[in-house]
Amino acid sequence: MTTEQKLLINNISVVYSDVIQVLKGVSLSIADKQIVTLVGSNGAGKTTTLKAISGLLKPENGKVTEGSIEFKGKSIQNLPPEAITRQGIIQVLEGRQEFKYLTVEENLRVGTATRFGKPYHKDLERVYELFPALARRKKTLSGFCSGGELQMMVIGRAIMAHPDLLLLDEPSLGLAPLLVREIFRIIRRVNVEQQTTILVVEQNTNMALQIAHYGYVMENGKIVLEGNAEDLKENPDVKEFYLGTAGTQGIKSYHNLKSYKRRKRWL
Amino acid sequence: MSFFLHLLVNGLSLGFLYALSALGFVMIYKSSSVLNFAHGELMAAGAFLFLVLTTWAELPIPLAFILTLSGCFLLGFVIERLFLRPLIGEDLIQVIMLTVGMAAMFKGLLLFIFGGDIHQYPSFLPEAMNLHLGIIQIPSVYVATFIIGILFLVMFGFFFKYSSQGIYMRSVADNQPAAMSLGVHVRRVFALSWAIAAMVAAMSGIVLGIINGINVHELSSIGLKVFPVVILGGLDSIGGAILAGVIIGLLETFTGGYISTSLREIIPYVVLVVILMVKPYGLFGLKEIERV
Repeated sequence: MTTEQKLLINNISVVYSDVIQVLKGVSLSIADKQIVTLVGSNGAGKTTTLKAISGLLKPENGKVTEGSIEFKGKSIQNLPPEAITRQGIIQVLEGRQEFKYLTVEENLRVGTATRFGKPYHKDLERVYELFPALARRKKTLSGFCSGGELQMMVIGRAIMAHPDLLLLDEPSLGLAPLLVREIFRIIRRVNVEQQTTILVVEQNTNMALQIAHYGYVMENGKIVLEGNAEDLKENPDVKEFYLGTAGTQGIKSYHNLKSYKRRKRWL
Repeated sequence: MSFFLHLLVNGLSLGFLYALSALGFVMIYKSSSVLNFAHGELMAAGAFLFLVLTTWAELPIPLAFILTLSGCFLLGFVIERLFLRPLIGEDLIQVIMLTVGMAAMFKGLLLFIFGGDIHQYPSFLPEAMNLHLGIIQIPSVYVATFIIGILFLVMFGFFFKYSSQGIYMRSVADNQPAAMSLGVHVRRVFALSWAIAAMVAAMSGIVLGIINGINVHELSSIGLKVFPVVILGGLDSIGGAILAGVIIGLLETFTGGYISTSLREIIPYVVLVVILMVKPYGLFGLKEIERV
């Protein structure tokens, strides 16, 4: 990658409760104004990586024990979340995490916490323009909104903060395929229109690779593969394990099925 | 009839007072799930600070009032900073025990300084505030309580509903990790809720002091009255606290007026038990919004 690096993670290890090691030397870099995706199976450490960046490991008793995380040249590892968010890194948590007893508009207003005291009405209008569905639900308690609306709301909430780097944790979780496409289209739009750098963690590898510029594959707390999104889409291993589009011809019996023959997949 | 109206007005103003003091309690509970057993002592601290400023320092009343409120606001911050922050991440029960300890400490300190006697504020409410409504006459204290109660309840209502800071505070109560991910300064919200709680506690302490005289034991035991109020209202509902405050206030004055003054302390608890049998989470207790 030739463009300027926005975030540089250098060989970090993350340990929970001083004993459970989840990340074992993860390095990745995110170029300015790009969408980078981090894919991998459950328990690979994707969410932990995001939390290491945003500082949300702390409340869960996790810690970056080795390596460094640099945001725009400044070291940010193990800073408290309120300091990191004020530098412009906003994480959208997995599974929506709305404020149930606040209305949609109030939820969006919480997004202004890092810019307290500055005008926010323009931003509200912008979010409503991105997500017209939310404008209709302004005054509804978010606890009563549908899953799709909530996902839009939490992304909108993060956009309210004017993020420099947006971390999205599984934005497609539990949504209908059409909605997933809609959400990803908007993520792309935010990236293009607002020049926001975005890191997306996804299970829906196909969708993620379609909008991303660059991708990383993670397994067992390690990055096992990286490359441009187009290259990854063509990579035979990614195809087989994540996209499910490996050539169907030739597989006649389970004996020949690659995944049964090869246990250690990424060495 | 005039007796009835008299009791009604007294009950309402007493109710607003309870509502105010419960408000502080509910705020702490909502933001950090801590039951503050030192609430009555905070009330007493406010009442005595006002006493010191008015009788010893002989400041003009409005100035003394503002100084007391800001002093208690600061006291709340200090309490949070010194006692509660080191316990963040510990078990909730330890934090609650800490507030019990704090209650003993404050009570001891106040007894040590002021003794167990009843003190009086100099009378400062103008005679003109004695309201004559036809046949009934309302003493100025109750008029003042009524006005202060409504004023502050409306102010806090607007603060929580519309101001950004109020919305951040509610967001922490609602979903702490999510609030954190958006950069809400959670520790600052805790500190602020303690500060506001101490401030409103001081205010109700002062008003109770005007009505009953200022006495450490009395004020700290009245502080315990926030428990029936908040439990009746639902521990985490500000609206419930207000309504329950009014209910308990009215119950007390009417029992005192029509049945017996010695029963007035007990009846609210009896009614509380009955209501809780019907609605175990209180009138407005949190009903989880369930998503299926």
